[in-house]
Amino acid sequence: MRIPRLSGDGVWRWLSGACVALSLLAVVALLALVVTRGLAHFWPADIEQLTLDDGQRIAGIPRGSQAGERRYFTANRDLDGQVWRWVEQQAIESRGTPPDLLYVERRDWGPFIGRLTAVETPAGERLQGAEAERRLRRALRGDADVTTLHLRNVEGRSLKVAFAQVASLSWPNRMDIGDKLAAWGHGVWRFLSETPSDGNTGGGVWPAIFGTLLMVMLMSLVVTPFGVLAALYLNEVARQGPLTRLVRIAVRNLAGVPSIVYGVFGLGVFVYGLGGHLDSWFFADRLPSPTFGTGGLLWASLTLALLTLPVVIVATEEGLARVPVALREGSLALGATRFETLRRVVVPMALPSMLTGVILAVARAAGEVAPLMLVGVAKLAPAIPLDDEFPFLHLESKFMHLGYLVFDLGFASRDAEAAMPLVFATATLLVIVILVLNVTAIILRHHLRARHRALEHS
Amino acid sequence: MSAASFSAAESKRFSSAVADFSAVSSCFDIEDLSLAYDDKPALCDLTLRVPRHCVTAFIGPSGCGKSTLLRSLNRLHDLNDQVSRNGRIQLEGQDIHARDMDVAELRRRVGMVFQTPNPFPMSIYENVAYGVRLQGVKRKRELDEIVEWALQSAALWEEVKADLHASAWTLSGGQQQRLVIARTLAVRPDVLLLDEPASALDPISTLKIEELIRSLKSQLTLILVTHNMQQAARVSDYTAFLHAGELIEYAPTDTLFTNPRLRRTEDYITGRVG
Repeated sequence: MRIPRLSGDGVWRWLSGACVALSLLAVVALLALVVTRGLAHFWPADIEQLTLDDGQRIAGIPRGSQAGERRYFTANRDLDGQVWRWVEQQAIESRGTPPDLLYVERRDWGPFIGRLTAVETPAGERLQGAEAERRLRRALRGDADVTTLHLRNVEGRSLKVAFAQVASLSWPNRMDIGDKLAAWGHGVWRFLSETPSDGNTGGGVWPAIFGTLLMVMLMSLVVTPFGVLAALYLNEVARQGPLTRLVRIAVRNLAGVPSIVYGVFGLGVFVYGLGGHLDSWFFADRLPSPTFGTGGLLWASLTLALLTLPVVIVATEEGLARVPVALREGSLALGATRFETLRRVVVPMALPSMLTGVILAVARAAGEVAPLMLVGVAKLAPAIPLDDEFPFLHLESKFMHLGYLVFDLGFASRDAEAAMPLVFATATLLVIVILVLNVTAIILRHHLRARHRALEHS
Repeated sequence: MSAASFSAAESKRFSSAVADFSAVSSCFDIEDLSLAYDDKPALCDLTLRVPRHCVTAFIGPSGCGKSTLLRSLNRLHDLNDQVSRNGRIQLEGQDIHARDMDVAELRRRVGMVFQTPNPFPMSIYENVAYGVRLQGVKRKRELDEIVEWALQSAALWEEVKADLHASAWTLSGGQQQRLVIARTLAVRPDVLLLDEPASALDPISTLKIEELIRSLKSQLTLILVTHNMQQAARVSDYTAFLHAGELIEYAPTDTLFTNPRLRRTEDYITGRVG
């Protein structure tokens, strides 16, 4: 058998190829993990009812197993004081999925798993059995009224829940695949469109989506003109010498400053400095409670604009430097001034690079969390900062942010383990939001290029 | 041979050669022009008259300063901080470095075509209209007329009239160079500076450019920098031979090529040096 001799060239090729493959694999694995675990959270899984050898009964959703033990999500935090149960496999006497097991998402205390015993109507009627269920289904569709639900867990302890407390309700064991898909879609939609409840572990994350998007847009509005003008000055106006070199080095190094430092800077300069002065000048009547003198949307956007400024400057400068001297000279030789040359030849040619800079800035800003904690992000701010009340856009208000929500759910919520699926779901959303922002910017760049071309043709 | 000994030995014949120019009116008058890049001299005490409505060629070996001289004429060196200049250049009796000289207007009057074609990343039409628009012409009809005229003057109209809105970068090298000439002609310059305009082109494109240069003579003054001796001989009326930043010999082209006064000139044009 001939063994192929690996030359240095071949080794090099294989090694670099393997590194690329490994990186790709890591990215795919990361995305797959986050997305699948995030989206699985909304799947209405079957509820199992177990009878243990000591006569204990448990109902819950199986979530993994380890060393002969199975883990169940049993919900009912108010009844049991815990939502997870580890059950020894050998201790299980019988296991089934009774169709009447009910899964209720409540606005407080998290989900409930158990059975429906009765419902109360506004008229004071108390309906039981199949009649109760029919009435409840109609009430969920909005065709009838129900005030209170009488529920019972599998061990027989009963519980009253006001209908207003019910966020969603289903009998997962009775659902076929179509019902489950519909319920899953509904769950995802609620996650996207509702405001958070129950310490952020229930409801949706709409204010965080909106806050993230709005903050990034404000940030781009600030950073684009500043970065582009700074790059134009550095590259086109300033006399090139040691000073411009120094400025360039400083700008590039600014990109490497840890983001939390920007947060501290924003807190000191924007919030306390600028905000404090604004308050004493314009909002003195509201003092001592601060208006702009506390973290808010505006200061967060400005801080992130500062953070991403180097990205835009560097990208724009690279674009400007790539415009050939021959074209500049060609324009000047036709009697164009330096400004006309800049406006008609140089900037149009550098435009895609400028937009690339903005895209990179957006990608960086959307994922940045640390500085935001100091300059305006809130754990809970259900009201979005854009409404029909003058001045419509409330720059001073606190806002929610997906990145911060991930941190909050994962590390600062009552039951971090129960919130873990939400962490994944929120992280998935953050990735999607960044993707959408980037794609929008790329489409915009494409569109501007096309328009530029069209202008040339008109 | 140093400059001093050259002028001593040849001053008589040189002045007789210069006397030939007094018959024609001059376009550029260059007096004692010296130019240095970062204290490195590029041109030394150049004095030269460029006659109007003629083709004047600057020849000489690489690095002799012929392109530098050309770029001084439309003040393209202004952009470079490292360039220092001494001496005077007059265009139609006007000092081009005068305080009240509008550089943009000077560059409109003194058009320039570069060694490598440099059309803008725009359509053919927009390339030609570029300079015209800068002059404030906005009306479509007027623009259309100027564009057509300029393209016809540059002998490109027949080849591109079918699709004026195609990108200029789709044209061949020779077409691009003629487009650049058209673009320059469109702003109605008095002088056209050509910096080795055919050096990047094939023989057929070169031929077209040369024909174009000859035909444009009636409209404006042309100054041609070239490496190619045959080209200078074919198209120019006067030829200046430069070497190491100095003007060695300047005479009507026929005289210079058939009967050079200086040994150095003869050596260069016959290919023995340079």
